[in-house]
Amino acid sequence: MDNIAGKKSSLTWAVHISVVALVLLWVFPTAGLLVSSFRTSEQIISSGWWQSLTPSEISAQHRAVDPDDHRISDGAGYRVEGAIFAKKSKIPEIISWGTSSRAIDAYRVGEVADLGEGETFSIAADGSYVWRGNDKQISGRGQRFFITALVPPEFTTDNYHFVLFDENNRQGMTKAFFNTLTVTIPATIIPILIAAFAAYALSWMEFPGRSLLIAAVVGLLVVPLQLALIPLLKLHNDIGIGKGYLGAWLAHTGFGLPMAIYLLRNYMVGLPRDIIENAKVDGATDFQIFVKIILPLSFPALASFAIFQFLWTWNDLLVAMVFLIDSSGETTVMTRQIVELLGTFGGDWEVLSTAAFVSISVPLVVFFAMQKYLVRGLLSGSVK
Amino acid sequence: MNPALQGLLTIIIGVGGCVSYFYLSNQFLDKVLYPPTGENAGRNINRANTLRPWLFLAPAICALGIYLAYPVIETLRLSVTDRAQDGAFVGGANYARMFDDDKFWEAVQNNFLWLLVVPALSTAFGLLAAQLTDRISWGPIAKAFIFMPMAISFVGAAVIFRLIYDMRPIDQNQIGILNALYLHFGGDAPIVWLTIPFWNNLFLMIVLVWIQTGFAMVILSAALRGIPEETVEAAIIDGANPFQIFFKIKIPQISGTIVVVWTTITIVVLKVFDIVFAMTNGQWETQVLANYMYDKLFRANDWGGGSAAAMIIMLMVTPILIWNIHNARKEMK
Repeated sequence: MDNIAGKKSSLTWAVHISVVALVLLWVFPTAGLLVSSFRTSEQIISSGWWQSLTPSEISAQHRAVDPDDHRISDGAGYRVEGAIFAKKSKIPEIISWGTSSRAIDAYRVGEVADLGEGETFSIAADGSYVWRGNDKQISGRGQRFFITALVPPEFTTDNYHFVLFDENNRQGMTKAFFNTLTVTIPATIIPILIAAFAAYALSWMEFPGRSLLIAAVVGLLVVPLQLALIPLLKLHNDIGIGKGYLGAWLAHTGFGLPMAIYLLRNYMVGLPRDIIENAKVDGATDFQIFVKIILPLSFPALASFAIFQFLWTWNDLLVAMVFLIDSSGETTVMTRQIVELLGTFGGDWEVLSTAAFVSISVPLVVFFAMQKYLVRGLLSGSVK
Repeated sequence: MNPALQGLLTIIIGVGGCVSYFYLSNQFLDKVLYPPTGENAGRNINRANTLRPWLFLAPAICALGIYLAYPVIETLRLSVTDRAQDGAFVGGANYARMFDDDKFWEAVQNNFLWLLVVPALSTAFGLLAAQLTDRISWGPIAKAFIFMPMAISFVGAAVIFRLIYDMRPIDQNQIGILNALYLHFGGDAPIVWLTIPFWNNLFLMIVLVWIQTGFAMVILSAALRGIPEETVEAAIIDGANPFQIFFKIKIPQISGTIVVVWTTITIVVLKVFDIVFAMTNGQWETQVLANYMYDKLFRANDWGGGSAAAMIIMLMVTPILIWNIHNARKEMK
């Protein structure tokens, strides 16, 4: 509709470019974390992650191997051969070099430096060098030289090994990962079940006080979590649950319920009345109608709430800190572990970025796989 | 016991318990208490049907009552008592003490700043993204990427943005993009962004805007699609340009949805905790109410003060709460 004659091409281009810019702006931060998690700590602190995608220039000082041990006779004089890079798959490419700190880029690769009185030095692109001269020249300390090289992008999975599989790493994420999973799964399933029955009653059963209850659910939807912290902690201590998984499950169930009931009721109310009434005429009880008709039909709504609750419990920090993690720290979750890392190792970016990426990777997978349901849930919850 | 096993066991017990509660209670109602047979069959069916909704609702009502309704009242009670005096009633003393605390006013001030900036920016960016992606072929992919931060935890986002705001001494390469750009465009020295009062609040808010824009976009995009084509067509025939169409035809028609998005993000902002806790912990004048409250509760162990701060948060969401209930009741009639 926007394509008024004559204006289409310029405006369409502007739209495409703006969208590309927006997407880049939104992806850039996460990309930084992902790329950083594949770099060594040395790389991370020596250059920005955006530079790691292209070859980078490094300058370094080297010294030829000790001539007294390594020289071999070469015609009238001697020579020393060696290589500055270990044989690896990716070796930096030398672009220029020099033998004095005042002119570290005096020579190109392949050129031979004349060090006076017949002494020469040359270096190849792959870092192998040859140093020639007479007996006196090729002695004492090895010749000093400087190189400027182009280092190809290099990435490593060592960080992930360290964070996930290193037994000696006390800041490891494996335990926290499983703890998070242990919190998340029951805390996602139980509220769905409870809410589904309640939503059915609120949408298809007649009883006094129904609209009052619905209003109460809508009201509780916005009650801040913060209010519940002390009273519930006190309650949990009084009835002997204390801090632990049970408390966290119950808390997540309670806090997730208003949203669950609200979403599911909105969906169930829209189901066709005929089906339910026909089933009643045929003699089905409410319980049968619910289990055999309503539940299967409500699958999209159930799925969308499940995703919400999963993301919410997986990403939660506050509930875990208040109701779950005790002083032993055995039940720590990933978000808590990351906050600890932020505090103690403010600059340890390779561990931090890897740990953070481990924690956000699961929600990201769920997000991309189930985006359809997530969007549907959002829409039924907000737009009426 | 292994936590994973324990978790599995709980799932089985929890789910099994729930299912068997619903099943058995219904069976009990129909078979034992009011069987639909015998001389009182009709009366029994009616009685069973009166009771049944409450069977369905009981677990939900219990959970909502204990985990949300009771804490509101209990927090109110705690906020006027003093734990150190064995819970004696102290009236408004906790509130008075809090109102004397500079940190509290800083938190209130910052919260209002968050309330002004975050919903506005998120909604504006969301609307922009929704409108732009709506009619291009690869719009859904673009949307998925802008929506993606929704899945990332506040803590994860805090790490992501700490890297962006990172500062290295001037003689080293900057690894934070913000400082790198700042120096590239003529800045003299790298800046520790999160320690500059006032502006650091904005740097924290950007994190939440980044997360919430996708939410706004998804909902507003659906609303934009719901606009009747005729209104737009009529405007084109009358010679309106694309900007006029957007601002004068489309925006007024989706104003209701914009309000919903705005209030939803407002509620998120009022409860914002993780971002501040993980990035600055309220230092350098970035305190917000939720973190102030956590400080009082679990660091200072001051339950009265913490509860009072929680009540202030509750007070701030109350208008939204009333408005929501009002709307819900209107809808049902």
